[in-house]
Amino acid sequence: MNHRLLISGGRLIDPASGHDAPADLLIEDGHIAWVGPGAPPQELDAILDATGLVVAPGFVDLHCHLREPGYEEKETIATATRAATRGGFTTVCAMPNTNPPTDSAAIIDFIKEKARTKGVVKVLPVGCISKGRRGQELAEMAAMAAAGAVAFSDDGSPVSDPRLMRHALEYSLSFGLPIMEHAEDEALSRDGAMHEGEVSLRLGLRGIPAAAEEAAVARDIALARLTGAKLHLCHISTAGAMEMVRRAREEGLPVTAEVTPHHLTLTHEQVLAPVPYDTSAKVNPPLRAPQDVRALVDGLRDGVIDAIATDHAPHTAMDKLVEFDFAPPGISGLETALGALLALVHSGEMDLMTLVTRLTTGPAKVIGHPLGSLTVGLPADVVLFDPTREWVVDPTAFASRGRNTPLAGRALRGKVMATLAQGVLAYRDEAVSLSLSSQAEPQRIRG
Amino acid sequence: MSVGATPFNTARWGHTHVLDMDSFSLPDIEQVMETTDAMKEVLGRPIKRVPTFRGKTVATLFYESSTRTRASFELAAKNLSADVVSMAAATSSAAKGESLVDTVRTLEAMGVDVIVMRHTQSGAPYIAARHTKCSIINGGDGWHAHPTQALLDLYAIRERLGRLEGLRVVIVGDILHSRVARSNLYGMAAAGVEVTVCGPPTLLPPAFAAAFPGVRRETDLDAALDGVDVIMALRLQRERQEAGLLPSVEEYIARYQINPHRLSLARPGALVMHPGPVNQGVELSPEVSYGAASLIESQVANGVAVRMALLYLILGGEG
Repeated sequence: MNHRLLISGGRLIDPASGHDAPADLLIEDGHIAWVGPGAPPQELDAILDATGLVVAPGFVDLHCHLREPGYEEKETIATATRAATRGGFTTVCAMPNTNPPTDSAAIIDFIKEKARTKGVVKVLPVGCISKGRRGQELAEMAAMAAAGAVAFSDDGSPVSDPRLMRHALEYSLSFGLPIMEHAEDEALSRDGAMHEGEVSLRLGLRGIPAAAEEAAVARDIALARLTGAKLHLCHISTAGAMEMVRRAREEGLPVTAEVTPHHLTLTHEQVLAPVPYDTSAKVNPPLRAPQDVRALVDGLRDGVIDAIATDHAPHTAMDKLVEFDFAPPGISGLETALGALLALVHSGEMDLMTLVTRLTTGPAKVIGHPLGSLTVGLPADVVLFDPTREWVVDPTAFASRGRNTPLAGRALRGKVMATLAQGVLAYRDEAVSLSLSSQAEPQRIRG
Repeated sequence: MSVGATPFNTARWGHTHVLDMDSFSLPDIEQVMETTDAMKEVLGRPIKRVPTFRGKTVATLFYESSTRTRASFELAAKNLSADVVSMAAATSSAAKGESLVDTVRTLEAMGVDVIVMRHTQSGAPYIAARHTKCSIINGGDGWHAHPTQALLDLYAIRERLGRLEGLRVVIVGDILHSRVARSNLYGMAAAGVEVTVCGPPTLLPPAFAAAFPGVRRETDLDAALDGVDVIMALRLQRERQEAGLLPSVEEYIARYQINPHRLSLARPGALVMHPGPVNQGVELSPEVSYGAASLIESQVANGVAVRMALLYLILGGEG
């Protein structure tokens, strides 16, 4: 007998179809079976009450550090994917700066196997551009693509050698997957701890100038023009970089870009106040100036930026409990992303459909996967969120091992209330009512 | 127990730590000055020691070598009869050995009351202060702050010129990398001093003006010196040339050294200061360094008294 779950009474937002209206969603055997107003004429095993909630496709995160293999004290595939469900993400791309780095088909297989046995959301591995992430020789990208890599990146570091970057882009043409570049000119950023500007000058910290990112973005766009290959720019953080991406898009180059929730909502002032030298506000690229934030929000709204990606970068408390210069960069971002981003909707800077688009079909398009939609027949990746519910960020309650967030103690408006990943109810806030029929098999719902 | 003939009021003092001058109001600065006056009286006695803090312990925790500042703090603590323990520590980004937070917690567990800390990295005393009940006195952190130096500078100026408010000061040299400059900017702003910062743009970036509103930025020294009351030259580290920030020391000398001609551009009777140690013949010409305008020895002499005053205020004046 088929198993049927109805998500009823919600406001359904589906960027793929442009739908934004009240509708119910029927999930049958883990797949989307029917979408529409009013209840379908079938017998149901369970009903999830979405009254007052937005029902949207599960979010797709192009940029996530799962830390496994090698840094399991910071995070594992098991903990990160649970954190993902708390944040409404049903697909996460696993960045390859693990130990060993994900530079071979064998490591891609390991990640897929771990995700299958321990994970609760879809994990799509990203392979290294260069062997060992050393920036010298190309990694076996075709073998990794065949094993399931969805993109290539040496993230954490840029590909410093422009010739190697050129070759990576050219080589990728044979399998058509994007090269995800962490754009940073390390000669300009070396030893920098935060954005170079008034705040770094006051705190006496060595700055990372906006030009360190912009010089690299300019080079990478020139190489995309030269090769015609797909370039995806990770975590764009400056107004200048944004403008270059805008021009590249107008020119018709195959360039896409992502921006993080923290670069969209926080500035370099976060390093000064409320807690001076707060290492949880140390991130790479650094939190930038207010005019950069405004440019990023504009670019996101206008569609110059395709995707919001968390750059979820968990670290242990001990990693961060050191001098600011010595702390590793990174923010644990999966569980706070939506709550932080909804501030852009509440302030009127963008509408909810645009925000959901940049979290679903936008990133799905970058990697060319049919994800992030509520189309009938697809596996049910669905998020239910309350766009106005207030909650206070308590990192000790995170599912992630990384409690490193500058939002600790902050009240956010908007909360993920339930997440279905591949048809399984992977997370549900107690406030969402789930009613089961007498014949229901709860294990099929809860997984 | 009081220090001198007059018992001192520490009741107004609201600081557990001394991290930087940006948290010091004008009344705070005046209180430090008054308390320093009393400490100077103690230092003028045949026996320069009072039993105020017998049984209290001050630790000096230096992650960067500094013979002068350390000696100044240790003498200050000993003059107040506090016990002094010295720890030299090595910084390491690879977290080899004991972390900063572990070290300050260990000192706290040993019963230390005040930790005087110098560190190579900006902000380190803030991290320490958040994780210990000990009082932290910042003895210099990276490029960021050196509040006791700023206080002794203010004291030395006030002692010689009789006031602070309305004075015009120019700070010359490597502003970008100078914790002395930053702390003085805050302290002087609070005290009503007009400050101009002056140096080559590689050592004084244009954004500095936005970072410190109210401070005048000038790259031409002769223009900056016109009619000022005090010239404060900063130490030039030779590695700035290796890092590509300066073409040569000779060119720096030609453009930014304080020599008798440049001194003549300032107000007659203007003072010359330097936090030390001076690169003789670089920041200052010998005629200026050892001349009548030089306040350098007085800065050093006042250092002990100012640090005694801060310890006194922080430890609450009662033994």
